[in-house]
Amino acid sequence: MMRFRVLAGTIALAAALAACGSSSNPVGSTSGASAAAGSASGSASGGGGGVITVGSANFPENALLAEIYAGALSSKGVTVTKKLNIGSREAYIPGLQDGSIDLIPEYTGNLLAYFDKKSTATSAADVYAALPKVLPSTLKVLDQSQAEDKDAIVVTKETADKYKLTTIADLAAVAKDLVLGGPPEFETRVDGIPGLKEKYGVTFQQFKKLDAGGPLTINALKNGQVQAADVFTTDPSISTNGWVALGDPKSLYTAQNVVPLVNGAKASDAVSSALNAVSAKLDTKTLTGLVAQVVTDKKDPAVVAADWLKSSGLG
Amino acid sequence: MISSIVAWLGDPAHWQGPDGVPTHLREHVWYSLLAVVVAAAVALPAGLVIGHTGRGTFLVAGVANAMRAVPTLGLLILFVILLLPHIASDLVYLLPGEAVLVLLAVPPILTNTYAGVQNVPPEVRDAAAGMGMTPRGVLLRVELPCALPLVLSGVRAAVLQCVATATVLAYVSLGGFGRYIIDGQQQRDFPQMASGALLVAVLALLADGLLALLARFVVSPGVSGRAGRARPGHARALSRARGRFHPAHTLTTQELS
Repeated sequence: MMRFRVLAGTIALAAALAACGSSSNPVGSTSGASAAAGSASGSASGGGGGVITVGSANFPENALLAEIYAGALSSKGVTVTKKLNIGSREAYIPGLQDGSIDLIPEYTGNLLAYFDKKSTATSAADVYAALPKVLPSTLKVLDQSQAEDKDAIVVTKETADKYKLTTIADLAAVAKDLVLGGPPEFETRVDGIPGLKEKYGVTFQQFKKLDAGGPLTINALKNGQVQAADVFTTDPSISTNGWVALGDPKSLYTAQNVVPLVNGAKASDAVSSALNAVSAKLDTKTLTGLVAQVVTDKKDPAVVAADWLKSSGLG
Repeated sequence: MISSIVAWLGDPAHWQGPDGVPTHLREHVWYSLLAVVVAAAVALPAGLVIGHTGRGTFLVAGVANAMRAVPTLGLLILFVILLLPHIASDLVYLLPGEAVLVLLAVPPILTNTYAGVQNVPPEVRDAAAGMGMTPRGVLLRVELPCALPLVLSGVRAAVLQCVATATVLAYVSLGGFGRYIIDGQQQRDFPQMASGALLVAVLALLADGLLALLARFVVSPGVSGRAGRARPGHARALSRARGRFHPAHTLTTQELS
């Protein structure tokens, strides 16, 4: 027994070292330890058809989505290994291409921009339609969900009622009396101040440079130092404060629907139908609530994912 | 890189309007000056009293030195978030900004003033008292002038700290040259960022040079020792004066003993 453990440990260590050593593989080098832990439990990463390796980017919402995918797949009898929190898109897309991972939760707009920097598609339908044309032949996207994580102009309920605001377009007449808060880069970004002016004719009285949906922006909106703010749509503070994320009918912000990006060779019917069922049930409000459980309540993402799958009849 | 900084600084568009260099220079100087003035108003009297009476030295050794270790940016954001529900106006950003700068500026002024007064030779103090000066007179007319070089170097250190650190105020939506550094980083406009850093460095050097010049005029020649150069014939008397501090020169220790 003892000897076996030492042996297993040595193999795991060797696997981790090998993963760390190969600089051409950013997935392996960033998650060497977890990869080794994964393979110790039975399924090597280069395994056969029935095994799917689910990866995720290194932020809580994406890791949670990966847990949801993994849970949905294993409840349909697919063997799943996980390599979560790999890193940025620049790190995990090569991992998908070389087979280190087979599946990852993606966002349509950013995924499109990664493969086609000149793309001008912004609406959810256009972006999704453009994706298959630019993805490498080995990769495909399954059905997109309604859940979106993107920038939004958010106002308090009182401000929305007072000026009768439902979309960004409604701001055109009243923005001259309002202060907008957001990250410094919002001032120059195409979909920031210049885009608001160009697409909607909205010019705010002042732009206060705070942070990217962080505590400074959230608290300034809460306490009235700014009347509108650039906040991410899945930020839990929108629902906890009863704020209104203004509609974007002219698609100033590129659609960022959550979509499974998968290695085409692994996308069997069972895999596709399990993941499409998840996408059908997922919307922004649901995702926001789940993210809040992980980020605010500090719950284990795997548990949050399993509970949601069970309650939606998917797990 | 250098050519892109030159190009950025040479662009007339960067020298006007609410995001122009003159506007941010004004803001930067205002933030720094206000902080140093407030810090001096607190630290100078406190340092003088502590140095003169010898009471409360723990304030210098403990509190003031601990204040040097305060993480400015963290404290700034903490203050802003704590104050946001209570102050509706933009003061909610300025007050914490000034507070963290004052916290940085107090220690050098306080410790230097204290050390300056503390290190006035006891015989000088005794001489002043022996001439019939009141304790207040001893403090203000003897100890303070003698301590002035150290006090001023404390103020210089405080100004340098404030000018350099006022850049973080841009993190909470305020202006100053920090705007260029933070905006440049976030907007991937690195010439803007580097130009901002350069402007801060130039401003800090200018302020330091100005204060060095000021010190030449306000410090008594007897204390600074510069009188010696003007009157080489009195070299021996002056070298004694240099060692013993000018205000006491009329009453040397030999005469007293």
